[in-house]
Parts: sequence; C-alpha cells; structure tokens
Amino acid sequence: MTMAMLVAPRLVHLSAVDVIIIAFYFALVLGIGFYLRGRANTGEDFFMAGREMTAWVAGLSFLSANLGALELMGWAGSAYQYGILATHWYWIGAIPAMLFLALVMMPFYYISKTHSVPGYLKLRFGEPARALSAVSFAFMTVLMSGVNMFAMAKVMQIVLGWDINFSIWVSSLTVAIYVTLGGLRSAIFNEVLQFFLIWAGALLIPILGLYEARGWASLKLQIAQRASEQYVHLWSGLGSFTGNPMGIHWTGIVFGLASIISMGYWTTDFLVVQRILAAKDIRSAELAPIIGAGFKMLVPVIVILPGLLGLAVLPEKLVPESVAAVTGGHSYNDVLPLMLARYCGPGLLGLGITALIAGFMSGMAGNVSAFTTVWTYDIYRPFFNSEGSDHHYVNMGRWTTVIGVLISVGTAYLVMVREHHGLRAGAVQLLHCSAVRDSRAGNALETSDGPGGILGIAVWDAFVGQHVVMGESRSFRAALCGALASRQRPRTGYVSGALVFYSVRHGHRGGQSGNEADAGQRTDGLGIRVDGSSRSRERSAVSEASFLGGCGNRRFHRS
Amino acid sequence: MVSIWFFIGISLAVNGALILAAGLYQLVNPPENPGIVLYNLHANVWWGAVLLVFGLIYCFRFKPGRQS
Repeated sequence: MTMAMLVAPRLVHLSAVDVIIIAFYFALVLGIGFYLRGRANTGEDFFMAGREMTAWVAGLSFLSANLGALELMGWAGSAYQYGILATHWYWIGAIPAMLFLALVMMPFYYISKTHSVPGYLKLRFGEPARALSAVSFAFMTVLMSGVNMFAMAKVMQIVLGWDINFSIWVSSLTVAIYVTLGGLRSAIFNEVLQFFLIWAGALLIPILGLYEARGWASLKLQIAQRASEQYVHLWSGLGSFTGNPMGIHWTGIVFGLASIISMGYWTTDFLVVQRILAAKDIRSAELAPIIGAGFKMLVPVIVILPGLLGLAVLPEKLVPESVAAVTGGHSYNDVLPLMLARYCGPGLLGLGITALIAGFMSGMAGNVSAFTTVWTYDIYRPFFNSEGSDHHYVNMGRWTTVIGVLISVGTAYLVMVREHHGLRAGAVQLLHCSAVRDSRAGNALETSDGPGGILGIAVWDAFVGQHVVMGESRSFRAALCGALASRQRPRTGYVSGALVFYSVRHGHRGGQSGNEADAGQRTDGLGIRVDGSSRSRERSAVSEASFLGGCGNRRFHRS
Repeated sequence: MVSIWFFIGISLAVNGALILAAGLYQLVNPPENPGIVLYNLHANVWWGAVLLVFGLIYCFRFKPGRQS
C-alpha cells in the first residue's frame, strides 16, 4: 500500500500504524463478505438480507447509507463557509422526513412486501410505471457509484497523495467481492461497521477542538471576532435574505427544504429505503428510521462542529476552491482533514482516514446493491426471464454486482476524462434526476391509476419536477466537479453545490459558488447547455429560486 | 450466525489496541516535534483505551458461542 503513495502534495502523512489500521479495515470487510457468502443462497437472502434485520441494524444501516465521506467533508466545509446554518440540513432537512418515512410511508412499503420502490410503483400504477422508474433508477444508481468511487480516489489523492488508479481499483474490487459474496446482508453489516468507525474516528475532533477553544461560549466569541456573529445563529438571521451568510430565508428552509426536498429524498430513494425493507417485521421497519433520526440529530457534532471549530482555531484562513487553486492554499473543503491532522497523532489519524474510506466504500456498496436488486427484480425478471428459478436470479444478482462495479469503474474514469478534457457527464446527472423524480411523481400522484400514473410521471418530468430537478442537477454536477474532486478549476464543493439549489435566485448569483456561476457560460460535453436551466429558472414566475432563495449578502462572504 | 455486533467489537478492539500501543510508544519515546496540537493530552492513549474497552465489551457480550 505504501508503494502507491506518491510524492504529490498531501494534507497528512501516515505512519506505519495508520497504514495497518487502514489495511485491517479492508481485511475485516472482506472477511465479513467471505463469512456471509454461505448465507446468501436464496433471492430473499441475497437481495433483502433475509428480511431479518433488527430495528437497530436496519436503522444504523439506513443512516450510514446516507452518511458518506462526501457528506462529512462537504458539510464540514459548508459549516466553515456558512456557519451553523448548515445544521438546518440535518435538523430541518432530515429529521421530519425520516419520521414521516417511519410513521406514514413504511407501512405501505413493508406491508406490500415489495422488493424495491419501483416494485411499489408497479403495485400502485402498473408495469409501465415500474419499468420507467426501474430503468432510470438503475442507470442513476450505478453511475452514482462510479462518481463516489472517483470522488474517493480524488480525496485520497489530495489528502494522502495516493495514486488515483490504485484507489479506484482497490475500493471497487473490495466492494465487488463483499457484495457479490454476501449480497445486501454484507452491505448492511459493513454499513453498520462504517457507522461505528465514523464516530470513533471523528468524535475526537469536536472534543479536542472544544477543549482548545475553551468551551462553546468562548468558541462563539472567537467566531464572532474572526468571521461574523451570524455564523453561530441558527434562526435569527433568517428573517431576511441579507441577514445571514447563506443568503437564504426561513421560508425556504421550512417550506422548501423540510417540506419538499427532504421528503422526496428520504421517503423515495431506494438506496436508503432498501435498508429498512430488510427489517424483520413491520415494527422494526417503523422503528428503524426513528432510530436513524435520533442519531442523525447528533451528526452535526462530528460534521458541523469541526467546521465551526476550524473558523476559530485554524491559524490560516480557508478560501474558496477558486482562490485555493490560484494561491495553493487550503479550501473550505479541507477543513475536516486539516482538523484531523491538527489533533490526531499516529493511530488516530489512521482511524480518521479509515472512517473516510469506509464512508466512501459504503456509499459505493449501497448503490451497487440497490442497482443489483432493481435490475434483477424490476427489469430482468419481468422483461427478460420471468420463468427463472430462485437460484438463477441469485446468480444474476451476483453477476449484476460485478458488472455494476465495472460500469462504476468506467464512470469513474469517464469523470476523470472530464477532469482532463472539460467534458461534463451530463447523462449522469439527467439519469439521477429522472430517477428521483419518477419515484416522487409516483408517490405524489397517489390518486392516479395505471395510465394516470405514467402520465403523472411524465407531467412531473415535464413541468412539476423541472425546478426541483434543476436544483438536484446542479448539486449533482457540483458533486461531480466539486472541490473534493478537483483543484483545477474554481469550485466550492459538493455541499456548496447542494446549497446552490437554495441560493439560486432571480437574476442574482450572490450566494452561488464560483463554479456554478461559471457553469452558466459553458456547454456540457454531451451537448447539454448548462445555462439553459439557469435561463428557464430566471423566467419562471414561481420557481424554487424565488420560493427558496434570497438575494444573498456578500458582506458575509469572505473573499 | 455471528452477530454484527461481534464484528463491531473486533473492529473497535483491534483499532483501540493499535492506537493505544502507538500512544504508549509515544509516551515512552516522546517525539521531538509531535506535529499535533494538544499533544500533552495524549489523546491516542485514552481514546485508544476507550475504544479497546468498548470493543472488548462488545466481543464478550456478542461472542458467537454466547449468541447461539
């Protein structure tokens, strides 16, 4: 492993014990995969983990599927950039939707005994609705896995100086082996393991950070001196668009983030819902999201707090990616690795890096296992071979896992090519968006039947989902191109890209990151005019821009 | 089947032992330039010990024989 470490500039340097800890993680996840291979012989075992997960296992897995390393590093960077406002994306943007999933949606999903969200749409609207949803979801999710893979490799290159090809192939082969052998059960086991590793690796930063900052009250004072008092207020600045660093309004947070976006993600994204469907009974299925929500409330401690601490204790001032690329300094997105390197000596540093790797690999495994299930149950079985035996479908699932990982590797290299030649993976973002909106459309149009459901999805695609999707598209593009993935161009990062959805506004780009502003001037590699969405957004009378956004306040945006 | 919590215990215990050992080594052989802030707190010693204890508790509580 050390052979692969390059001489390239890096944020941290690993000692021998750090490398041993990382190697142990890989050995353990592979060991779990080999151990579980004998328990994935039936379709129910391989695709649904035998539907025997307890509420705690399903709940922690459900949360871990969302708690990737991009989220950890991205939201820490956003906390540094925008202050404690980033916490809204946890407490307002997740908890209500997770509870809604538990209390309202899970009974529908679980009692129907469906294998997937597209399967649920089939029960409600018929086969064509499932086909449309399954195909778009399958493409989206396997390509997402590739994006995750590339992002991990890029982060490892930036943080540790590792060779990007080495990171891609080692992570993809590891995921392929343990998911192929153990199916969803193996993915869930490793997600729960990841949950513990993340907390073990990241919790020390806020503990030591608060010690160094001499407590919360002192931390607030230091942030007020170095940035602005508004960086530590959750609500007081949200009465106007200009009163907070993010340039948002409370109506956007409450009626946009909490009521629309988070509901769509947490209740229909099969990647996370699949973990709950593996619960052993309906009580566990309802409890699992509640357990996940409980821990989700605590995640800001290891994500937002390090970003705030960085504002107070880091000697250097972090800057946007665009500035960092020119000056060679550190960007907002480097705040978590910088805090890790600040406090963690030999061993602890390895554990922290392992937590990041585990987060990335868990994301990949989640995408691949969801892809495998949807392909086998919602595409292959109904449309290609409906007479196969259970054993046949399990074999199909194993092969699909391998092929899915290979497609993901191809996607990762596609994104890498884009990095070098300026191409945009437009198809990826379109598929991502179509998959999400299809599932949303199905649930939103609950009163429709058969053709009405299909029509509803089409209508959603054409009109209703347009503005929502554009926001997702932009955030996804930012995830692809964000600072975690490149330092070659002006970028602010993954979460900053997500924030764009809430900060884009009529004729004003005050709250946008540099890359998003630049995006309006470029054309996708696949011929998709990037600023087309921007123009339509500006023309819209009631777009999410006016609904969610404000006019920003540059005085909070430190150059 | 071996409980997932047993694997968690193994992970915490091994990582805790390695971190604790690295911390104790530094305690005995203090580096000239630790390179980290708050080195005097020896976080890897007590954090490693915490992980080791939790890991061992999980391993014992959910060891395979006990589960069956």
